[in-house]
Amino acid sequence: MASDIPVLIITGYGLNCEDESRYAWQLAGADPRLVHFNDLLENPALLHDFAALMFIGGFSYGDHMTSGHVFALRARNRMSRDLESFIGQGKLILGICNGFQIMVKLGLLPGLDGEYFTQKLSIMQNDCGSFQNRWVPLRFEAGSPCVFTKGLQPFPLSVRHGEGKVFTLDGKLLDRLESCGCIPCRYADPVTNQPTQIFPHNPNGSLKAIAGLCDPTGRIFGMMPHPEAYLYPESHPQWEIQKRNGALPEQGLGLSLFRNAVDHLKRS
Amino acid sequence: MAFRIEIGLKRGVKDARGRTAVDKARRYFGLPLKSCRTRDVYKVDVPLSSGEIRKVLKAFTDPVIARSAQGRLHAPAFEWMVEVGFKPGVTDNVGSTARAVVQDLVHRPLPVGQTVYTSIQYFFRGGNLTREDVLRLSRDLLANSLIHTIRVFTPDEWRSSPVDESVPAILEKADIRVGTYDLTGPDSELMRISSEGILSLSLEEMRAIREYFASEAVRRKRVSLGLPEQPTDVELECIAQTWSEHCKHKIFAARVHYVDESGYEEWIDSLFKTYIRGATEKIGEEIDWLVSVFSDNAGIIRFNDRYDISYKVETHNSPSALDPYGGAITGIVGVNRDPMGTGMGCEMVCNVWGYCLGSPFYEGDLPEGLMHPRRIRDGVHQGVIDGGNQSGVPWMRGFERFDERYIGKPLVYCGTVGRIPRQLQGRPSGRKEILPGDAIVMCGGRIGKDGIHGATFSSEELRKESPAQAVQIGDPVTQRKMYEFLIEARDRGLYRAITDNGAGGLSSSVGELGRLSGGAELDLAKAPLKYEGLQPWEILLSEAQERMSLAVPPDKLEELLALAARREVEATALGSFTDSGAFTVRYGSAVVAHIDLNFLHEGVPRMQLEARWQPPRVAPPQKPRTGLRNRKLASLLGGLNVCSREFKSRQYDGEVKGLSVVKPFVGIHGDVPSDATVMRVEHGCNAGIILAEGINPFFSDLDTYHMMAAVIDESVRRVISAGGKLGKIAGLDNFCWPDPVFSEKTPDGHYKMAQLVRANKALYDVATAYRLPPISGKDSMKNDSVRGNRKISIPPTVLFSVVGILDDVRRAVTMHFKEPGDLIYVVGVTKEELGGSEYHRMLAREQGTPGSCGGQVPKLDIQTALAIYRAMGEASENGILCSSHTPTLGGLAAALAMAAIGGDLGAEIDLSALNCEGTLDDDAKLFSESNSRFVITCPPERESDLESVLRDVPFSRVGTVLREKNLSIRRAGGNKVVDVNIETLRRSFKGTLYGI
Repeated sequence: MASDIPVLIITGYGLNCEDESRYAWQLAGADPRLVHFNDLLENPALLHDFAALMFIGGFSYGDHMTSGHVFALRARNRMSRDLESFIGQGKLILGICNGFQIMVKLGLLPGLDGEYFTQKLSIMQNDCGSFQNRWVPLRFEAGSPCVFTKGLQPFPLSVRHGEGKVFTLDGKLLDRLESCGCIPCRYADPVTNQPTQIFPHNPNGSLKAIAGLCDPTGRIFGMMPHPEAYLYPESHPQWEIQKRNGALPEQGLGLSLFRNAVDHLKRS
Repeated sequence: MAFRIEIGLKRGVKDARGRTAVDKARRYFGLPLKSCRTRDVYKVDVPLSSGEIRKVLKAFTDPVIARSAQGRLHAPAFEWMVEVGFKPGVTDNVGSTARAVVQDLVHRPLPVGQTVYTSIQYFFRGGNLTREDVLRLSRDLLANSLIHTIRVFTPDEWRSSPVDESVPAILEKADIRVGTYDLTGPDSELMRISSEGILSLSLEEMRAIREYFASEAVRRKRVSLGLPEQPTDVELECIAQTWSEHCKHKIFAARVHYVDESGYEEWIDSLFKTYIRGATEKIGEEIDWLVSVFSDNAGIIRFNDRYDISYKVETHNSPSALDPYGGAITGIVGVNRDPMGTGMGCEMVCNVWGYCLGSPFYEGDLPEGLMHPRRIRDGVHQGVIDGGNQSGVPWMRGFERFDERYIGKPLVYCGTVGRIPRQLQGRPSGRKEILPGDAIVMCGGRIGKDGIHGATFSSEELRKESPAQAVQIGDPVTQRKMYEFLIEARDRGLYRAITDNGAGGLSSSVGELGRLSGGAELDLAKAPLKYEGLQPWEILLSEAQERMSLAVPPDKLEELLALAARREVEATALGSFTDSGAFTVRYGSAVVAHIDLNFLHEGVPRMQLEARWQPPRVAPPQKPRTGLRNRKLASLLGGLNVCSREFKSRQYDGEVKGLSVVKPFVGIHGDVPSDATVMRVEHGCNAGIILAEGINPFFSDLDTYHMMAAVIDESVRRVISAGGKLGKIAGLDNFCWPDPVFSEKTPDGHYKMAQLVRANKALYDVATAYRLPPISGKDSMKNDSVRGNRKISIPPTVLFSVVGILDDVRRAVTMHFKEPGDLIYVVGVTKEELGGSEYHRMLAREQGTPGSCGGQVPKLDIQTALAIYRAMGEASENGILCSSHTPTLGGLAAALAMAAIGGDLGAEIDLSALNCEGTLDDDAKLFSESNSRFVITCPPERESDLESVLRDVPFSRVGTVLREKNLSIRRAGGNKVVDVNIETLRRSFKGTLYGI
């Protein structure tokens, strides 16, 4: 069944979550297409055939010269005009992990005051000094305009990154992000569900426990954790216990972010 | 002239890299450092205008957290500064990326030689360090003097030194020269040539080569080609590489005379053919899911209607001993190329790793030139972490074994599972064919001096003068780019055959592929080089990484090269495949090598080896007095070979691709290792694979026959435990041995060879009985180190890895207790089998006689095991099991403890009911490592279902899962032998390697 919601997934140069990202969009009812970064740079107008754009996870350029940095440089130099009009048309952009890092380094996030191509924040090396692969509890802020996280109850997702600490020396900027609802997703304590700075639930020391950010429109969103790695009930580390207790969901909960996006696009 | 850029974090931004250096300096060397700030240095060796330089500076710098300057950035306060850079010719991955950025900024392609070099500065404060301290810190923590340059400065020295803008470029521009070797001299001369050239050729082999070149037909042909009468360096190097132990497996192919302790003797015509391939051929008559075995880079088996699965595990031991990080990253990205080069090219599904190392807490003397095991461990882990993560391949299995005998040579196993559509272009994808006239295309990285002599060098023991150029450093990003290009090319049908460039480089890949068409002609002058000055033989032999060789039909060549260009992957046509019967190598117009393919591949003389078995006498430790075993159990769980490896393992990505079902760590807190891991293979399909392995070098000290039987059984029962079934499991054997060839330096060669024979006999016996076909394997036969007059040999070590097919991953079972009230059973027979066990080795260490760990080595009862595995398969298929865990190191007691820790629950156990062979004392019941057993649980309401499934096999109901977090184990008569809090056990299990 062909869907009328075409989604562009950029691949290449060490990005590597294309399979599960494509499957997530398919399950959510969209029509994802993989396009190599070079093919897009050659013809950035290609963007306009799509309703949503996704920057996937991976290791673009090996994370050399810090994560997402080099990919963002190339994108800024060669496709910012088309990105700008894409955003202007009210379309969606999602970035996961390395994709989130790319978006922040590019300036797409937090995108305050309509300024999408100047880097305002950074995502830097985890406080613990090493890559971390673990499932962490997340909470989603009800007051955020974020299209992707709308109505979500807390659930855990896998994080896997060496540079996930959202950071700035500008405390006022952080406060502003919070008041604009630009922090839709945070690392949380599994018992209290409160935002946490404590390792390992906050795996990287991210300020204000930021796990994901959106722009003030809520249509541009990125996060470090991987919703596309929770597409099956059995992806959850405790699925056997959930099954025994009758609490096993029918599909992986990570899918809900993609469904939210597709629902939004269907409505608009 | 290069210009220098320094980039540092702004004040107030935490420097995690610096802090890690401080932590390690304190912990490893006791140096009381206070702080460390770090800086990235780039030396841009590209002529740029000042405007361009400003652009580069801006592009390199993160404006939010970093500042930068051309020349020097104002230094933070420091007492010592260390700058670590690369030596000439060493792969600098960050430098290559920086070069690409510069190229983008200036909008023009940079010529070879215009590049960027990186280094790192460490500014240390505190600790009153002497220069000696700082040098030691630099050599043993920050850098590896084999590949790095180290410069140390005090603040005064730094201020007064000129800004360093020198670059480690390779400037030597030797004339191209093809030498000849004169093989007409006496035997001593032949051996001098072999040894000085690091050719690792034996006298017999050198004579066979001499004979070949002396033959009339060969001489005539050479005259017509303009080749000298005696072999060129290109030819001799090519033959040495092809004939190396690494590539030709001469020991496994030898004729062996085996004599056992009773005087029984036999001749074995190749261990490999007789036992390994023999087993697969026998099993192959009864099963229909083997697709390709032993003939390709990895074995292939059927998965479902759409996909086949390939699996290969490799070792990368010698390079990892010299440069643990570079050796290991090369190990993992190298083994990734095995599935890539299997059949028409597989996609990567997951990675496995495993290391056998000296203790990270080793305090004894280290022979000169050997690295401390802790350092090797850190480097090896980091290499495989970076290689696997950056390639986007999840890890599914990992293990570590520790023994002092691995100090001389660490074993570094890396493996990759691949998948491939069963049909490509409407034909079976496992095919491998080449037609004369197909182009030889090399793609991926460029060629440098990296890894020259890797194949021959790994076939030798490590000596002090082992060549540094045998070290390669993998570049996962270049490889990932190439991989995506290749899958695209595969699906478009742009090549006819593919193989990887690993050990032996082009010599091996093209030399091997050439057999498919009947010949090959290669022009080395066309090969893309990293730098000038490589001699033809070096180009042919180089093991520079990230390269694949393709056979491309002439009518597809243009399209393939165009696609490569669009993907920024270098691909070059180097010649063509022929049916001339020879491997011909040119350098431009001159022929530099011409070797008859038949001689190259079949001409190596077969070895004849002697094997004499005499069971060793190993004393058991003294029996401790009977009593509570709480402390013994806790220290056993904290033992290096049992304890948690979670700290390092969490740094490997295990979730990319989103297919995992049973992860490497399971349990309520995700902190205990699973028996086996389960994953889907394609999205939207519930069939999957189960991966597990067995390894137990400790049993080798008693009898390698029973060691081998035990490791195969361990791998199989892990799969069964997770819900798998016999008959759908394939195996991979990785033999790592100390040199088993009798010689002056190996006086015990006959015994070591007998150990090898016995392990192979067991492999055949158990594999055929279990219908578990070996589909691929690898041997590494020279794991000895001779330094400072001390020879350290590893214990004979076999890693047996298995992959099982699971029809529905949702039936998988994990090892930890799930709910209070569940019933606990032990399936299988417990015997007095403590020889070589974790418990006996612990006692032996405690008693100060670590060698005295003897006793009965566990022996496999194949028929009972088969019945148990069938019954267990039925139990998991019917969904009766809540948990299943197979005891390995530490026996039943460790297994019960781990299941309880994993579930964060307690258990009450009564051993009086335990099914045993004969009368066993408490210690044997608790710690014996008998094979083929399981600790399982089921809900109370499934009791009769379970007991009915188990009716024909030995089992005993031993207890109940409790909410109270306490493990109590009673002996017959009611006294407790274990009564301990689960938190105590968890602390011991997790404490040993936490943070290390």
